[in-house]
Amino acid sequence: MNYAFDEFKEGMLIAFQAIRANKMRSVLTTLGIVIGIVSVTLMGTAIEGLNRAFNKSIAAIGADVLYIQKWPWGGGDDWWKFRNRRDIRMQQEKTLERLAETASAVSPTIGASRTVKYGQKYIEGVTVVGTGYNFLEISGANISFGRFFTRTEGDGGRPVCALGSEVAANLFPNENPIGKTVKVGGYAYDVVGVVEKQGSLLGLESLDNRVYLPITRFFQEFSSRWGGISINVKARSVDQLEDTKEEVRGIMRKIRGLSPRQEDDFAINQQEMLVQTFNQIGGVIAAVGLFITGLSLFVGGIGIMNIMFVSVTERTKEIGIRKAIGAPRRTILMQFLLEASVLCLLGGIIGILIAFPLSLIIDQVLPTAMPVSTVLIAIVISLLVGLVSGFLPAYRASRLDPVDALRYE
Amino acid sequence: MSIIIRLAGITKVYQVGDESVHALDGINLSVEKNEYVAIMGPSGSGKSTLMNIVGCLDTPTSGLYELNGTNVSEMNDNQLAKVRNKEIGFVFQTFNLLARSDILHNVELPLIYGGISSSERKHMAREAIARVGLSDRIHHKPNELSGGQRQRVAIARALVTKPSILLADEPTGNLDSKTGNDIMALFDTLHKEGNTIVLVTHEEDIAEHAHREIRLRDGKVERDEPVKNRRIVQASSNVGVA
Ligand SMILES: Nc1ncnc2c1ncn2[C@@H]1O[C@H](COP(=O)(O)OP(=O)(O)O)[C@@H](O)[C@H]1O
Ligand SMILES: [Mg+2]
Repeated sequence: MNYAFDEFKEGMLIAFQAIRANKMRSVLTTLGIVIGIVSVTLMGTAIEGLNRAFNKSIAAIGADVLYIQKWPWGGGDDWWKFRNRRDIRMQQEKTLERLAETASAVSPTIGASRTVKYGQKYIEGVTVVGTGYNFLEISGANISFGRFFTRTEGDGGRPVCALGSEVAANLFPNENPIGKTVKVGGYAYDVVGVVEKQGSLLGLESLDNRVYLPITRFFQEFSSRWGGISINVKARSVDQLEDTKEEVRGIMRKIRGLSPRQEDDFAINQQEMLVQTFNQIGGVIAAVGLFITGLSLFVGGIGIMNIMFVSVTERTKEIGIRKAIGAPRRTILMQFLLEASVLCLLGGIIGILIAFPLSLIIDQVLPTAMPVSTVLIAIVISLLVGLVSGFLPAYRASRLDPVDALRYE
Repeated sequence: MSIIIRLAGITKVYQVGDESVHALDGINLSVEKNEYVAIMGPSGSGKSTLMNIVGCLDTPTSGLYELNGTNVSEMNDNQLAKVRNKEIGFVFQTFNLLARSDILHNVELPLIYGGISSSERKHMAREAIARVGLSDRIHHKPNELSGGQRQRVAIARALVTKPSILLADEPTGNLDSKTGNDIMALFDTLHKEGNTIVLVTHEEDIAEHAHREIRLRDGKVERDEPVKNRRIVQASSNVGVA
């Protein structure tokens, strides 16, 4: 046991002596590993950035919210089937809200694109969202000032609205919007509040270029081409989402008069579905990216193997001497494995030291951080590369015949 | 007296192309404890081949080799490494020191492979270095020493494990005659202290230090007899060994 340690120490000593004796060569060889580790860790960092960006971009959907809609997300294999489904109607929302016991909030939504005007200023293509008073409770967004419309205002279809932060900023750059009247699609609405900045959904649709108003009023003033609504159901917690989903499915089937043999004619969408789709695509991107960058690490490993063969040949005499005074095969094997591992490990550490500042640059474009797991894996991988690429040369060294090795000049 | 080395019918055949070279051709030989044997013979007569087999660096093509009563002719690589480490002290013509290590480390090395603890190792190595008179050079590298000093380091390395036998293949071959004489004086002293020594030389006056002279020719023992007029070099030492 003590012996193993002394042998290891001797091996380390030899490894560092050998590296020091051939500084230039060691640096050049290690460079291959450095480049490999830099590219692999940066790829890992970029993938992490993509994941984070995605998670952030779908955060507004809410992990604990179900969306009961005509169309399933991402599942357009049978367009006509979904097209021909009956719309989801307000009455169904009312019934669901009354019956769903496991839901913490139920709210309808419908959208349309309209121009919003205040005085001379106007914005085209604002998403007008018709919804219920408890919309914010479900979406998890906050009011930044003023208030959302109340239940009474909602049920009564009052002409009041809350503005998305972008709409508010553009129409009221120097004014307090609360109490002002805006024209939405030509109809007058009193502004009661502004919703805080939310960013965009999947990097596509801005969640701040919106106006929220009571859904009953929406039906009076904006006829939607799609007709149907979406019912948003918030579960009590993410853990209870599946229970809520089952309950909601049962109620919806009953409301829509489906017999047990008929399949659902509505979709229950949730964030999870997007996450799964992303994981599939993201997984492929990650695998391809890591494979390609892994190739550079592989090339680095071949460089190590090559130089280790040179090292063994150069030190044939030394191997002969060590064997002559009693070094067993495994000691010689270990000596060269250690040398290769030390080279690779140095390369790995230098690679990480270089990759870290570079990851901060990536962070400017794609908010990310070098994951600790990537750093650890990079170190383990560089060690493995050393062991694998060092093995063949080390094995050859360990099998050298002492007499032949001693005679080598 | 106990027999340390016993060789019976040892042959070594090298295959060079179509030709078989019989480097050793049926060697029978025994060496007892505290013998001092010189192996002589013309170049190519098989002296080094024999020494390598006795030193367990090489294995015979056929024949029996017993070291301290153990059959080593059938041992595998790792077993032989262990025997080389524990039982054999080998001194080479070309010293064969590790150039990048200092004297202490060179001498310590067999003990590392022998699994001796660090403190004991240091102690034994210093003792062996003192034995060859190089205590003041302990942290020098081999290339900072003269040829004679390097050979002393090699002898210290061979001695440090307290082996059963000291083997030397032309230990003075790379040295001038005065330095060579100093080395031979060292061997004489080591012998007097109880070591068993087998050395190869092709110089008559070197061989005369030994008690017994074996002559090889074409891989066979041509003559094996006591040395008649032994040469004692070291003036300072008291002579009296028969
Ligand atoms: N590895 C080898 N391959 C082929 N022939 C060898 C080898 N080693 C030694 N020989 C031959 O064996 C014979 C004895 O060599 P060696 O023991 O070195 O002689 P000496 O040491 O007495 O000069 C020589 O003819 C030599 O050419
Ligand atoms: Mg020879």
